[in-house]
Amino acid sequence: MSGYFTNIIDGLKSLAIGLGITNREFLKKPITLQYPHEALKMTPRYRGHIELLKNPETGTHTCISCGMCANGCPSKSITIKSKKVPGVKGKVLTSYILDFTTCSLCGQCVENCKPAAIDFSNAYNLASTRKEDFIFNLLERLHPEGVPEPVVDPELLKKEKEKKAAAAQKAAEKKAAAEKKAAEDAAAEKGGEATAEEKS
Amino acid sequence: MDELIRLLSYFVGIAAFLGFNLAYLGWVERKGAGHIQRRNGPKEVGPYGLIQPLADGLKLMSKQLIVPAAADKPLYMAAPILAMVPAVLLFVAIPFGEGIVPRQFDFGLLMIFAFAAFAGLAVLMAGWGSGNKYSLIAGTRVVSQNIAFEIPMLITAITVVMITGTMDLSEIVRHQAGGFWHWNIFPRFDSSLLMPVSFLIFYICSMAETNRAPFDLGEAESELVAGYLTEYGGMGFGIFMMAEYANIVIGCSLTTILFLGGWQCPFGILPGPHWFFIKMYFLIWCFVWMRWTFPRVTLWGLLNLSWKYLIPFSLVNLLLTALFIKVF
Repeated sequence: MSGYFTNIIDGLKSLAIGLGITNREFLKKPITLQYPHEALKMTPRYRGHIELLKNPETGTHTCISCGMCANGCPSKSITIKSKKVPGVKGKVLTSYILDFTTCSLCGQCVENCKPAAIDFSNAYNLASTRKEDFIFNLLERLHPEGVPEPVVDPELLKKEKEKKAAAAQKAAEKKAAAEKKAAEDAAAEKGGEATAEEKS
Repeated sequence: MDELIRLLSYFVGIAAFLGFNLAYLGWVERKGAGHIQRRNGPKEVGPYGLIQPLADGLKLMSKQLIVPAAADKPLYMAAPILAMVPAVLLFVAIPFGEGIVPRQFDFGLLMIFAFAAFAGLAVLMAGWGSGNKYSLIAGTRVVSQNIAFEIPMLITAITVVMITGTMDLSEIVRHQAGGFWHWNIFPRFDSSLLMPVSFLIFYICSMAETNRAPFDLGEAESELVAGYLTEYGGMGFGIFMMAEYANIVIGCSLTTILFLGGWQCPFGILPGPHWFFIKMYFLIWCFVWMRWTFPRVTLWGLLNLSWKYLIPFSLVNLLLTALFIKVF
C-alpha cells in the first residue's frame, strides 16, 4: 500500500510532462524534406560518377588523351578515342565513354589524371530501367550544345607545314637518290652481265 | 408520416455527419501524428491533403474481399457490421442542441451504455472468426479490457446521474445551464466536490472503451501483427476503422454532455450546437494528442490501472458523492 498515492501523483505528473513535450513539438515546423520537390545540397566531396572538368580559361576540358585513366581502370570502364589535328599540340579527344554499369567508383582514374581533367561529380540520384542510360559520353556531357572545334595555333600550323614540307622534300630527295641508286645498280648489273657474257 | 420524415432525416443526417467525421477524423489523426513527430502528414492529395480520405476510401472499396480459409465465415463477415451498427445506432440518443436530438429517450444514458457493449462482442467475433492466433489473443484481450473499464465508467456515470437525478441526456445538459462553473467537470458545492475525479476516470475509461492508444491492446501492432484486424482487408478493415472513429465521436459526445455542459456556452451567452461541437472536437483532439504521446500499456498494466486505481477510486467517489448529496 505504501507508495500508492505517490505513484498516482508521479504518474499523472509524467503524463502531463509527456503531453507538454508533444505539444511543443506539434507547434514547431516540420523538418521533413519533400524530396522530389526539394533536396539537400550534396556535399562537394561526394563521389559520384566521374566527369570532365571545364577549364574556365579555355572553356573546354584539359584532357590530353594520355589514356592513363583508361589504363588504370581496374574494371576497364573507360574508353578514350582521340585524333591528331594539324595545328594543335598533342592529341585531341574525340570521345570519352564511361561505362558506369561496371564502375566501382574506386577513383583510380582521378588519381591517375596528370592534368586533373576529371573529377567526381555530385550526381547521386541516378536511376533508370535501361542499361544504356549508364553509358555516359563525358565529352557530350561537358558540352551538351556540341563539342567545340579545337583551337588551331597558326604558328604551330605553319611550323608543322614547314616541317611536313621539309620532310616531304627530304623524302623526295631520298626517293630520288634511291631511284638514282637503283638505276646505277641496274646499269652496273647490266654492265656486269655484259662482262660476264664477254667472259663466257 | 411525421414519424417517417423524422426517421429519414435522422438516417440522412447521421449518415452525412458520420461520413464526414469518420473520413476527416482519419485525416486529423494522420495530420496530428505527423506534426507531433515533426512530419507533414498527408499533403499531396489536394490542398493540405484534404482529399486524402476520399482516396483512401476509394482504395479500400476497390480491394477484393478475401475470406481466409481457416475463418469462421459467418462470424468473420458479421463482425464488422456488428461493430458499425451500434456505433451508428448510439447517435439516436445524443442531443446536439436544445431540442436537436433524433429521439428523446428518458433513459438515453442507459441506452448508450447498453449498446456500446456490443463493440467488445464485435471484436471478439472478429478475433474468433478470423481463425488466427493473434486475432484470438486480441479478441480475448479486448473483452477483459472492456469488462475492466466498463465498471468504473458506469460507476462514474452513476455519480452524474445522482447529481442531476435523471438519465435523460438533454435533461443532464439543461442541469448544467449558465456559466462554466455549473458544469459537472468542476467541483460543485451544492452536490459533489469530487467531480473532476469523476471526469478524469470517465475520460480515461472512454479512451480505453474505444480501444484507443495507449489502450489499443486489441490492435497491438508490435505484438499481435494487427490484432483482431489482422485478417481483414479492404472494406472489412475500413468498417472497423470507421467504427473506431464513430466510437470516439460517441465517447467524446457523451463526455461533453455529462461533464462539459453539452450545448451550453461557458459564459451563458448564445448556447447552441456549435458549443457542443467545439467541446467534442476538443476532446477528440485530446484523444489524438494522447495517442501520439503515450506508449501502449501492457496488458497487466492496463488491468492494474483499472482494478487497482480506477475501480477503487470510482467506488469511493460514488460513496462520497452520495454522502455529499445526503448532507447538503
